[in-house]
Amino acid sequence: MTATVAPETAANAPMPARPALAQDWRRLVRMGAVGAVAQIFIALSNMPVRLDERLVVKPILSLGYLCLLIVPFAAGHRVGHQIEREGVPQHTAGAHEVAGGAACGAIAGGGLSLLAVLLANFDLREPLVNWSPMLAELLAFGHTTGFAVVVWLLIGTAVGAAGGGLRLLGPRSQRAAVTMVLTVAGAAVLEPLVVDLAEGMGLEALSDRLYHRRGGVNWTSALVLAAVSGILAVLGRGRMRQAREHIAALEGAKRTRTNLGLIAATAALLVILPLFAGKLTNELAANVGLFVLLALGLNIVVGLAGILDLGYVAFFAVGSYTAAVLTAATSPRIHPELPWLVALIIVVVVTGLVGLFIGAPVIRMRGDYLAIVTLGFGEIIRLIFLSDWLSGWFGGAQGITKIPGAGIFGLTSVAGTDPRRVFYLVLAFCAIAIYVSWRLERSRLGRAWMAVREDETVAEAMGINTVNVKLLAFVVGAVLGSFSGAIFSAKVGSVFPNSFLILVSIVILVVVIFGGMGSIVGVIAGSAVLIGVLGGPKQPGLLAEFSEFKLLIYGALLIWMMLARPEGLIPSVRRSRELHQQEMAQDAWLKGQVEDDNGSDNGNGNNNDGRQAAAAT
Amino acid sequence: MTALLETRKLSVDFGGLHALDGLDFEVHEGEIVSVIGPNGAGKTTLFNAITATVERSTGDIVFEGVSLLGLDPNRVTARGIARTFQNVRLFANMTVLENVMVSQHCRTRQHAFGALFYTPAFRREEAEIRERAEKILSFFGPRLVGYRFDQPAFTLSYANRRRLEIARAMATQPKLILLDEPVAGMNPVESAELTQMIGRLRDEWGFAIVVIEHHMDVVREVSDRVVVLDGGTKIAEGDYEAVSNDPRVIEAYLGHGTET
Ligand SMILES: Nc1ncnc2c1ncn2[C@@H]1O[C@H](COP(=O)(O)OP(=O)(O)O)[C@@H](O)[C@H]1O
Ligand SMILES: [Mg+2]
Repeated sequence: MTATVAPETAANAPMPARPALAQDWRRLVRMGAVGAVAQIFIALSNMPVRLDERLVVKPILSLGYLCLLIVPFAAGHRVGHQIEREGVPQHTAGAHEVAGGAACGAIAGGGLSLLAVLLANFDLREPLVNWSPMLAELLAFGHTTGFAVVVWLLIGTAVGAAGGGLRLLGPRSQRAAVTMVLTVAGAAVLEPLVVDLAEGMGLEALSDRLYHRRGGVNWTSALVLAAVSGILAVLGRGRMRQAREHIAALEGAKRTRTNLGLIAATAALLVILPLFAGKLTNELAANVGLFVLLALGLNIVVGLAGILDLGYVAFFAVGSYTAAVLTAATSPRIHPELPWLVALIIVVVVTGLVGLFIGAPVIRMRGDYLAIVTLGFGEIIRLIFLSDWLSGWFGGAQGITKIPGAGIFGLTSVAGTDPRRVFYLVLAFCAIAIYVSWRLERSRLGRAWMAVREDETVAEAMGINTVNVKLLAFVVGAVLGSFSGAIFSAKVGSVFPNSFLILVSIVILVVVIFGGMGSIVGVIAGSAVLIGVLGGPKQPGLLAEFSEFKLLIYGALLIWMMLARPEGLIPSVRRSRELHQQEMAQDAWLKGQVEDDNGSDNGNGNNNDGRQAAAAT
Repeated sequence: MTALLETRKLSVDFGGLHALDGLDFEVHEGEIVSVIGPNGAGKTTLFNAITATVERSTGDIVFEGVSLLGLDPNRVTARGIARTFQNVRLFANMTVLENVMVSQHCRTRQHAFGALFYTPAFRREEAEIRERAEKILSFFGPRLVGYRFDQPAFTLSYANRRRLEIARAMATQPKLILLDEPVAGMNPVESAELTQMIGRLRDEWGFAIVVIEHHMDVVREVSDRVVVLDGGTKIAEGDYEAVSNDPRVIEAYLGHGTET
């Protein structure tokens, strides 16, 4: 205990080595215990057993074990984290990082040892459905319980030590190590995608070499991949950032041209790639695109105008059903069988009106009240489609089926049987949505939305009709959502009320928050990661095995995001400013950007110089 | 001469509290009126009532001969009354320039259509908005221009935030500006300079101004007329000399004993 005082007294000496374990054994035990609980939780959630099928590195590691191993690694790494005072760490890293990580990992691994013992001696199947012999076998690697106890302690220690040891590496090697691990893991996760693309491009030889016949990266290829990516990471270090800074430093017109070039290149890639991709990739891309469309719509409502709409699925539903009624021959009451593009115009009008209709009463409320009421409306719309009362129109629980594909000027018909065409259709509408978001954000209307988000009362006092402006955000969001709905019904060929559960609203919101509120690129990246990898509410992602645990992982990701990176994956500049206000203000003060305004008239020039000097360093 | 703004028997009640109690108050074109009074006298409430931020209980508010009753705050602003807030309330995460640009909302027209199709009219208006914003900001000297345009408002110093609030009020192109304690928290140099600016706002921009102020030197400097409130009623009115020697005013301040 006395040792805890030591670092305080030594604080002014230049960076003493951290005393091993003694200083923060409490923290160590706490972290280890958290790790142990987390591992037991994951084990009992049945994730390891389910994901054991999916191999990451062929004979060695399955996704199931990976879920478990991540925990001691994270705990071991985290325990070495020190609070930095004014950006300066208090101790130099040393052997104690490894020791601490190992101890912490051992405690975490001990959780599984304990679980193995409990599994062998008690039967708790009643409340815990996953308390199964399968789990016991998985934990014991097919051996005895005693083996399981020892091996998990050892594994925990080793992995924890590795996690702590990561701190010993310099930032460069750390980045390389992380890149290597991510590359191998990425290769494993993206396996279906890579195989599919390789087939399309006639590179089967490559994918055969990379992956084992029954799934999983071959361990030799894993080593090669790791080595190559590690080398690339070391060589390419900072190149990306340099390029980005270079672009940012360009003059106005030049920068616009560079950006346009980048956008054109991305667009070309997106147009060409599907030609080489098989059904699976295109199906996936189409699903991601549908959610990009939805998320862009919600982003205007939540990200720009700051209206927390929890019932956004309503517009998706209205779009889908309107398109279905107008195009399907089997629609119960009216069946005009309009061409899809004509129907789309009516869909937009109808959804816009529904947006107005829902928005008008809701929009006068603020904050939490508004969120709850929109949640209600989202459900009401679904229940209307489900109701017996209107089943003559919408088919009740049977929904509307045999919806024809989307005909484009009689040239082609886009249906779910050809995911490539669906993807192109979705891509076109995403382009429209991106353009709309981008233009509106930089207009009088967009500024008014931001003002409303910042402070509604003041916005009103500055002459903005907040009700109109918010209503317009609601309607624009609704229309973008209806595009997605109309494509969805043509793609799937049928609509049912239970395609539009509240869960869909939540998932879209999670995509927006995860990607970065108010950021177009962020929203796209968010959809790609969440919907593409984990899967949407009903759509399987790359990790189809995960679908059972999707919500669990969504939740965990969201919590982690709020703690570590509240501004989202790829934040809008504005939003990240907002969430780091204090820090930014402090930085600005340190750089002399904020004048303290005493005798400000002559002080201004000096401040300016100081700022430039600070920027130059 | 009819008044630009006139309140007739204006009362505002909060529950049982009469924050304003039958107040008659007027401002003429081109006039600078100071409103003073101890804390809780109802000065800010007067501003809130004029700008429709709080609900009036009885009485009437007439601007340019037309009653403002029943208007939403944004309509009042559109009629030509702008204000600042006692506790500075900028759009903190918008840039300095955007703060001033967005405040021209009720004087500009372009809507979603123009923005989406990038029409010439839209581009022209956008350029005008920007130009006007830059012109307004340059009124405050070098400290809100240049690189400051693109800085988020929350990075500004306290004094600059108050200046930006005034800039924002100017951007709504009002006839009357209501300033709620504009020099609070400023040092003597800054406050003297802002006092000058209040005069220039009237002389160069032609605004009529009502200013709530506690600093007596500022009040003496800027006011054509001083109105003293206490307990929601007007207890004195006149030029600075007359008011500052009025025994009722001295009594009100000494009686409460908390004001500077
Ligand atoms: N929104 C409100 N709700 C209840 N009471 C209020 C409200 N606003 C002001 N008051 C009360 O009205 C009185 C006058 O306040 P105010 O006009 O802010 O005084 P000041 O002259 O200092 O600006 C105070 O007693 C205050 O507590
Ligand atoms: Mg006040």
